[in-house]
Amino acid sequence: MKKKFIILFLILIFPLKVFALIEVDITRGNLNPLPLAVSPLAIDEQSRNEFKKIIKKENIGSEISSIVENNLKTSGLFNPLNKDAFLQAPEIANLKPRFEDWSLIKAQALITGKVTFIDEKLRVEFRLWDVLAAKEIMALAFTTVPNNWRRVGHIISDKVYERLTGEKGYFDTRIIYVAEEGPKTQRKKRLAIMDQDGANNKFLTLGNELVLTPRFNPTSQMVTYLSYFKNLPRVYLLDIETGTQEVVGDFPGMTFAPRFSPDGKKIIMSFAKDGKSDIYTMDLENRIVDRITNHPSIDTSPSYSPNGKFIAFNSDRSGYQQIYIMKSDGSDVKRISFGNGIYGTPVWSPRGDLIAFTKLHKGKFYIGVMRTDGKGERLLTENYYQEAPSWSPNGRVLIFYRETKTNSDGEGFSAKLWSIDLTGYNERLVTTLTDASDPSWSSLLSN
Amino acid sequence: MRLNKILNNTLLVFAACLVLSACATKKVSTGQMQGDVYTGTDTVEYLADGVADRVFFATNETVLTTASRETLRAQAAWMRKNSKINVVLEGHADERGTREYNLALGERRANAAKDYLMTYGISSDRISVLSYGKERPVDAGSNPLAWSKNRRSVTVKAN
Repeated sequence: MKKKFIILFLILIFPLKVFALIEVDITRGNLNPLPLAVSPLAIDEQSRNEFKKIIKKENIGSEISSIVENNLKTSGLFNPLNKDAFLQAPEIANLKPRFEDWSLIKAQALITGKVTFIDEKLRVEFRLWDVLAAKEIMALAFTTVPNNWRRVGHIISDKVYERLTGEKGYFDTRIIYVAEEGPKTQRKKRLAIMDQDGANNKFLTLGNELVLTPRFNPTSQMVTYLSYFKNLPRVYLLDIETGTQEVVGDFPGMTFAPRFSPDGKKIIMSFAKDGKSDIYTMDLENRIVDRITNHPSIDTSPSYSPNGKFIAFNSDRSGYQQIYIMKSDGSDVKRISFGNGIYGTPVWSPRGDLIAFTKLHKGKFYIGVMRTDGKGERLLTENYYQEAPSWSPNGRVLIFYRETKTNSDGEGFSAKLWSIDLTGYNERLVTTLTDASDPSWSSLLSN
Repeated sequence: MRLNKILNNTLLVFAACLVLSACATKKVSTGQMQGDVYTGTDTVEYLADGVADRVFFATNETVLTTASRETLRAQAAWMRKNSKINVVLEGHADERGTREYNLALGERRANAAKDYLMTYGISSDRISVLSYGKERPVDAGSNPLAWSKNRRSVTVKAN
């Protein structure tokens, strides 16, 4: 997938910051999203007809621009303006925008572009303009197979986001999760994968056995998850491209809570035996298994720091679930959560400075973040039940799942994916075909 | 004056009704719990006459109650009599905990039951342990009584 995608040439990229007249402040949330105009990508008649045959969409130019618009809008940092107010035709705007027209509708930034059908391929060029400074600030062109058209929209979104915020985007990514159906007492669960915006949903297992907690390998198209195949709960490894799967290690009991190391070469997980759960790693190349913790308590939900030197995990060695960190060899175990309540599911931010967690206090569940020394705890959202945060690859957004309370007849249960900005703003329902839980966010597919 | 009296009486009766109905409701919701351990038998199945299949736990606990130990002793006696039968102990948790921790907690609960069966002479070869965490509740409710039914270890015939 990655290789099929070629960035043909960069027309030009201005030296960063020199012309950074418009800037989006990402530290304060979405109080003042930047108004911007996404002009539909221009397309000639012949290209339009060719693409119509291949991807069955009336106008691929407007389809791609609405992907961009939707991405930027859901980030909470941008406010894409209504197209009805646009005065300039797409093909002319792409050549030379009439900046007065765009500033009249209060657009501070403008995205224009053009789509063409060349040698059976899709060629997209786009430009980002600073309306107030009346300047082009970025221009790029991509060529790819037509079926990749949605990804072109995501890559454009990432480039715009990066240029305007100074941080990498997270739109050309996927989410793996557990799709749920049926009554609460007999939930049918399947692994499913979709684009970050909910498109291209695909079920990866049939639902014959219970599956839980899928997690992406940060460096490849591999996934690790828990399956109850033959009623033996074990950690599995799945190659999404080929569909091949295998059990991880040869443990005489339940293995669970798997995650990859940041280099993708190891799986870290818990192994439960005789009422105690400890943390183990398995090297995927030489299959060597290492025991990392050895304690009569429950040690679970391990998560590596991005440099691979530390592990955050969950233990009840103090009597209740709390968050601990240790060196990756298991030495120097330190408790870091000391607030009121119990703490679980620590997940190290891709930037390395924060740990996201689930907290239970006085009957409410919270998703929060704390620094790696446990200080600076910040609760982002409170609800009846929610857990299992997973970071966007740029460390700005958390995705998690939330379950509703049932009524006195046990009805009304649902499980949904939600996302929230690190600032605690922009809480959003992530729409899925079925009920959903245990989301895991992939790395950027293209870089 | 008279009207006042009637009103007062009506109010009294009304208040008494309220108190009574409050008691009645309370009784239903906690009637089958002691502390927060479930004591009812409505969700229980029987392995044999008088041999209940499950034991219940307090929130976050894996300690066996007096009633649980009694149930397990009956199971051990039944297993000694039926030496060809092997069992799986399925450990469960309620929905008020994180998924991964609950998987471990279910395993620990099932092991607490296993250890007790072993002290009554059942060989560990005949007992396997399986945790479902919070994945298979018997009661779909979101209330303390439902949660208490779901915190359990169930002994299931394996053959």
